[in-house]
Formats: sequence, C-alpha cells, structure tokens
Amino acid sequence: MSLAAILQQLATGMLATISIFVLTLFFSMPLGLLVAFGRMAKFKPLQYLMKFYISIMRGTPLMLQLMVVYYGPYYIFHIKLPAGYQFTATIIGFAINYAAYFAEIYRSGIQSIPVGQYEAAKVLGYSKVQTFGKIIFPQMVKRVLPSVTNEVITLVKDTSLAFVLAYAEMFTLAKQIAASQTSIVPLFIAGLFYYIFNLIVAGVMGYIEKRLDYYK
Amino acid sequence: MKLLEINNLKKSFDNLDVLHDISLSVEEGQVVAIIGPSGSGKSTLLRCATMLETMDSGELTYVGESAVTNNEAGKAVYADSKQLKKIQGYFGLVFQNFNLFPHYSVMKNITDAPIHIQKRDKKEVYAQARELLKKMGLEDKEDYYPCQLSGGQQQRVAIARALALNPSILFFDEPTSALDPELTGEILKVIRQLAEEKMTMVIVTHEMTFARDVADHVIFMDGGYIIEEGNPKDVIEHPKEERTRQFLARFAAK
Repeated sequence: MSLAAILQQLATGMLATISIFVLTLFFSMPLGLLVAFGRMAKFKPLQYLMKFYISIMRGTPLMLQLMVVYYGPYYIFHIKLPAGYQFTATIIGFAINYAAYFAEIYRSGIQSIPVGQYEAAKVLGYSKVQTFGKIIFPQMVKRVLPSVTNEVITLVKDTSLAFVLAYAEMFTLAKQIAASQTSIVPLFIAGLFYYIFNLIVAGVMGYIEKRLDYYK
Repeated sequence: MKLLEINNLKKSFDNLDVLHDISLSVEEGQVVAIIGPSGSGKSTLLRCATMLETMDSGELTYVGESAVTNNEAGKAVYADSKQLKKIQGYFGLVFQNFNLFPHYSVMKNITDAPIHIQKRDKKEVYAQARELLKKMGLEDKEDYYPCQLSGGQQQRVAIARALALNPSILFFDEPTSALDPELTGEILKVIRQLAEEKMTMVIVTHEMTFARDVADHVIFMDGGYIIEEGNPKDVIEHPKEERTRQFLARFAAK
C-alpha cells in the first residue's frame, strides 16, 4: 500500500477525530458551566448531586464511561439503538466526562475572583445576572485559560479512545491499516497528526491568552 | 433634609455583637466622619448602610424612603427588591481597595453602569465622565486600564465611577488606607473639593487631621458603640470621653 493510499484512508479518520473534538468542546464547555453553577449552588441536594457526578466522572476511566454510554441502553433497558449510535455515544461520553473537568476549572476560576468585584457591582446597581455576565465571567475566562488549554490538549489525544466503540476515527483506522499491512507507518502518521493538531491547539490558545493580556 | 437615617441598628456575627443600637442621621450637604480603632464596627456600620451586610434589627431610611423597618419582634425587614433597587440608586460607595473592574478601561468603568443600569443617553454619560475625569485630574487616562494606574489614580477613578451615577450621598470606606502618604494626599484633596461643592458624604477614616478639617460632624466608635459624637473640633481636640482621649493620644504620639 502506498503512502498516498494510506493517507487517503486515514483522511476520513482525521475528519472523524476533528468532529469528535469540535462537538465535545461545543457541548462540554457550556455544560461544564451549568455543572459548576450546580456545584456552587446554595441548594444542598443539587450541590451534592453535582459533587457526586464530578467525582464519578473523574474517578472512573473515560474508556469505561464510553462503554457504559454505548452498551448501557441495551443491556440495562433493552433499548435497540440505531446503527449510527456509535458516534452519538462517543460524543455523549466525551461531553459528560469533559464537562466535569471543565466544571471544576470554571469553579476554581469563579471562586478566585475577589469578593470586592461582586460588592462593587452590587453597589453600582448591577443585577446578579449582569454581574456574572459582565464582570465575573470575562475575568474567569482569562484566569482559567491555561487550565482549559491543558484539557483541550488532553482531549485531542483522548479522541483515540473512541476505538473501544469501534468508531472509525483516526486511531481506529491507523491501527487497522497497521495490522493489515504489517507496517508501523500508519501509526507514525497518526502520531504526527495528533502532534500537529495539538501544535495548532496550543498556538490558538496561546493567541487567545495574548489577546487577553491587556489587563491584569 | 435628611438624606440618611439609621435607627437602633444591631448587627452580630456568630453571636458576637458588632454593632449595638447605633443611630445616626445625615443631612443634605453634611460631611460625616466616622473614626475609631480597628474592629470598632465602623466598617460594618458602613456596610449595613450600603446593604452589603444585612442588619439584624433596626431601621434604614434614605431620602424619606424605607429600606429596612423593624417588625413587631424587633427583627429587621427589608423592603421589596424593586424598592431596594430604587434606594440603591441614592447612594454610592468608594472602597478601600478601589474594586475597579480590571477588564474595563477607565472610561468603561465609569460609564457602564450609567448606560446599562440607569439606561441614560450614551453621549450625555460620556460627557459627564470626561468632566469627572478632568475634575479628578485624569483627563488623559480614559483609555487606560486600572493595572496601568497608580493606587491614587485608581481610587480617583473609583470616585468618578461612583459620582457618575449621581448619588445623593457618597460613602467612603477607609479610602486612603491602601495608599502611601503621598497618594493619600491626592485622594483627600479630591474629597475636600467634593465637600466644598456640598456633596453629602459619610467617610470612615483614620486621617484625624482630615476629619477635623473637612467633616461637619465626627462620630467616634469603639466596641460597636458610638462613644462620642459632635462638632469635629470638640470631639478631636477636646474629647469628653476617656476612651476617645486614649484613642486620639495614640494618633498624636505618631
């Protein structure tokens, strides 16, 4: 098999990996904010529920979580799921797992904002929603950016875990081709792909961080 | 006209009584200075008056409108949120640590609330903000961010931010305590100027000379009580109470 043929086969996998990556961030970043709110809620049952959720998501392997999301509906409820469920299950699994990590990052960011910011906003007449949206959230974003970058970089590599659901993303394909061709080349290409992907991620996040450098 | 009236304010934290039965009133155009040692309750009094702390018992009235009343059991009852929002607009507060919004420019710090909370005309607010900045000696700083300014400059921006909402009464919570002596002078000059313009102010301060020269009325607090109050010359130069004398002697010795 020529290099061009391998690349061509891997290309669809690359697209699949990129879509897992994009969709996971799209769902987990806002979901993480909701979880963080719940985690910080004064209403104790909600707070404990979110604490429990976060501890499960962080305390068990992502690979296992993906399998539960995929096989659970059938084994537990005997629900027959459509053929395309692999992809949906992958996104659900990744999104709920990453939301837990983002929630804790957001929480640390929100709680690091000095109480004086809330007090100043209150005295100036800002409502609670306005205070969060205009004063707290923008400052939180700046503070959590380095930790978020770490998570995002981990996510690029974690997308390869979708192979447990035999979803045809980059890594699954590379493994298959490597086995059928008895060649290490597909794995090297996969590695190079993840590496370049992460270089871009780090570059973009670095750029955003710089853009927010105008204040301390 | 009475702009602020506090009656029988009581406040405790975890069974520790911080304020015992405090009453005071502030007339339009009056400058009231509150002095006293750390932990005397003066900052808590200010925070109760500005509704950053809830009072346990007592009455709070701004411009004749009730923010807090006592129920039959003697517990403080706050007015509904609509009324409180209105009353919130009667006063401004300048903090010890400025508490400017670091991600907003000087101009946006001053104009954001008047434009988005008070829903005033943008042009008019900007014109007022420029005027205030000029008054604060910061006319060339409108595009700066707080981190690019000295403490004294930040505090002057904070004063401009509070004034831009056109409050009837302005509170200062130890406005110079985070500043070195040179910068302290800048801030005191600004407050003095506001006093000359008959701005109604309540100032918690450790600057005794300033309190004596600028205030119309001085309140000395200790242990959650008002120990002595009255004309600044009387209270600061000829205190009647032993506790006031002790406190002021420490300042004189410095």
